[in-house]
Amino acid sequence: MSYSVIGSSVNRVGGRDRVTGRQVYSADVSVAGTLHAKLVRVPCARARIVSIDKTGALGVPGVRMVFSGEDLEPPYFRYGPVFADKPIIAIGETKYDGDPVAVVVAETVDAAEAGARAVEVQYEELPAVVTIDQALDPGMPLVQDPDTRGDSPFRDTNTLKEWRFGWGDVETASADLVIENEYSFPMISQFAMEPFAFTAAPDHDVMTIYTSIQIPTKMQKTIADLLGKPLSKVRVVAPDPGGAFGGKQHPKFEPVLAYIAEKLQRPVRLELTLAESFYAVRRTSARVRVRSGFTRDGKVAFHDVNADWLIGAYADITPRIVEKGSYAGGGPYVIPAVRILSRALLSHTTPPSAFRGFGVPQMNLAIESQLDIAAKKLNIDPMEMRLRNIPRKGQNFLPDDPACDGHWDQVIARAAENIGWNTPKESNRGRGMALGIKMSATTAASYSVVRLHADGSATLLCGTSDMGQGARTVYAQIVSEELGVPIERIHVVMGDTSTVPFDLQTTASRSTVYMGRAVYAASQDVKRQLQEASSQGSDSNEEILKSLFGKVSGEIIGVGTARAEKRDGHPLGGHTAFYELVCTAVEIEVDRETGGVTIHKLVTAGDVGKALNPQHVHMQDDGAAVMGIGHALMEHLIYDERGRLRNAGALDYRIPTTKDTPGKMVSVFVENEDGPGPYGAKGCAESGLLAIGTAIANAVADATGVRIRELPLTPETIWSALQEAGDRS
Amino acid sequence: MNEMTTVPIAVTINQTRYDVEVKAHHTLLEVLREQLHLTGTKRSCGEGECGACTVLVNGEAVNSCLVLAAEMDGAEILTIEGLERNGELSPLQQAFLDRGAVQCGFCTPGMVMAAEYLLRTTPHPTEAEIREGLSGNLCRCTGYEGIVEAVKHAGRETDS
Repeated sequence: MSYSVIGSSVNRVGGRDRVTGRQVYSADVSVAGTLHAKLVRVPCARARIVSIDKTGALGVPGVRMVFSGEDLEPPYFRYGPVFADKPIIAIGETKYDGDPVAVVVAETVDAAEAGARAVEVQYEELPAVVTIDQALDPGMPLVQDPDTRGDSPFRDTNTLKEWRFGWGDVETASADLVIENEYSFPMISQFAMEPFAFTAAPDHDVMTIYTSIQIPTKMQKTIADLLGKPLSKVRVVAPDPGGAFGGKQHPKFEPVLAYIAEKLQRPVRLELTLAESFYAVRRTSARVRVRSGFTRDGKVAFHDVNADWLIGAYADITPRIVEKGSYAGGGPYVIPAVRILSRALLSHTTPPSAFRGFGVPQMNLAIESQLDIAAKKLNIDPMEMRLRNIPRKGQNFLPDDPACDGHWDQVIARAAENIGWNTPKESNRGRGMALGIKMSATTAASYSVVRLHADGSATLLCGTSDMGQGARTVYAQIVSEELGVPIERIHVVMGDTSTVPFDLQTTASRSTVYMGRAVYAASQDVKRQLQEASSQGSDSNEEILKSLFGKVSGEIIGVGTARAEKRDGHPLGGHTAFYELVCTAVEIEVDRETGGVTIHKLVTAGDVGKALNPQHVHMQDDGAAVMGIGHALMEHLIYDERGRLRNAGALDYRIPTTKDTPGKMVSVFVENEDGPGPYGAKGCAESGLLAIGTAIANAVADATGVRIRELPLTPETIWSALQEAGDRS
Repeated sequence: MNEMTTVPIAVTINQTRYDVEVKAHHTLLEVLREQLHLTGTKRSCGEGECGACTVLVNGEAVNSCLVLAAEMDGAEILTIEGLERNGELSPLQQAFLDRGAVQCGFCTPGMVMAAEYLLRTTPHPTEAEIREGLSGNLCRCTGYEGIVEAVKHAGRETDS
């Protein structure tokens, strides 16, 4: 198909405001008469709050309120996207390092800070659950009170929930080679450059929340439930987030601010530092034990997986992370028998939430490493090994789910040709490859409105959050393509629940597909109305609009909807809209003296269906690749034995800089226009991160002969592994 | 000195003179954002590690979160808001837009200012010089590819 603007790399809509400093982020919002809040914390993982003396703080000029758990009465309001388990502030006990015990509210930031320093908290430090082994130890304290866990069969343990997936019989599956290993994936910070900033502003009977968030509608519901208001009386204004990566899906401190603002009938604002954001959200860590069987000709015979995922004291969205990450945990392969048992374990650590790739990278490290280990033992090329196991398009590989929806062999071929897989390499270098697959959205509800104005310009309303992925740009391209309106004459409105129609969420690389379809449908609705109004059927938009609105002005309003309903009985609640499939390939070198890794080349190859804006796709791939290098080589949160987070903030937690990127970075994609999105598009925002840690671990093994089963592959980790291997040989 | 102590300063920001009374303990970043409402300069780490708050002070690139506003008396300051001329983007800003150097945009103002400083001091930087010059500015979205490309391109532009 040929298009006018679809498939072309038009500049980012909103880009001009971003290079001039005019873009308004959550922290730039200023509401008249705002009070400022500061959180009070205690320096340990878990504590019994003995008493909170507010006298000193209340004596600081400008302090208006010191709010704490004692100001609440049972039954306590609790919230959360899966389980309503989180109170708006610690009640009686803190449950992780950084869990606030009080909020000081004052006329100025200085006064709030002075007030926070003046709050005297008497507390008794209690033993904390910080590691997977501690969470599994029946002798350790329970993180959640059993009485708050209803009829959960696990209520008297630190297991939040357990999942069992699979097919076939791993016990009787025959294999020529069986290998069993344990892999460990660390806690990682989302590290959005924009720290959290919130304002709760009551105005008559409407509560407005300004917050940088991916799911404004869920926030609206949470605040409505908290304050006992109808949805119409809660307005969530979500300025485009300054990076989110999943970490800004669900409420953080908006509920406590809304509660205080409602009490005081004054706007209240809280801005966290970047270091404070480390205590607000992280990625779920995991320990994955896998026993895998392979046939002599390189076919996977079975995987038997036991995965333990360390979550926080509150569930947030982690049950869904574990569930979705585990479900397709065997990877994009046709496997006769798979058994997966996953457990989400509660702990006294920063509550994890979503992070690009959700639960996939954790499982990927285990499964894709196993494939490489087997390939080496069977003397089969690792790429060939993968080609022998992937499904062909239309072939089933997950029993209850849609068949393979793309030419995945082409994806592997593109990665291979770009890394030079079959070419000779320098002797000190290693190459590695890994595939990744992610289940996308399983339900959807996206609504969009296109208003074609009398002068032929258009306003598009939709509830996606543009956090850098470029949703505004792609939607403007769709409207422009369908209605012939130039991009610069289209205004895309997002992020205000009182203005834009409902959208379920900006997650799971869904927006191009689902909101894209809604925008396409709304454009078609406008087109249909134009055609109905056209006398000869060939009038231009301008002529039709002039005939309609020449005397009395007006506009054409098009409405579009894209929904995917729940599928009862399906383990994930629905069929994935598409499979997000990636092949990452790297060429690296290991310095045996220091353990340092140099990445000479990195290739990300994806199956995107149709790249509506190729530059934006490349940017997603490049960004995910460098973020993935952080995961692979340097990033991990460090807790001490008392559960205190030791490396919060940019000084002590390293993310990649301009000097940590690969010598050459390539992003390529396969386009067969076979996706469910408009023009055959599939989502692609997460794929670049799914397999990169594994690809690098595989390359390190290729270069050194030493297999490391944990991330990050820091120089220390690699050096120690090399020494140990040297000692053994 | 306590938190009420204020200091009068006269500064020139983006070629406009401001006479302001600043708190003795407030940073340049706080005064820019909260007192003068120049919110284009971003606060991220607040400890001089991320570069999001980079501005030029007397021609030098500075983390505005690390300097006290009271020290700025008589200084000439350039912030992201001062790069546009008569509604026209500077060549560097235009290159950021065209070369895919911007995603969420939160690091962009600081990144552009650090690049501005680099190009003022090294008009035709090599890729290694660009990577060195921007190594104090963190970005979590782009993987830096577009940013390095943009600065390379803007450097070439000034060539002609």
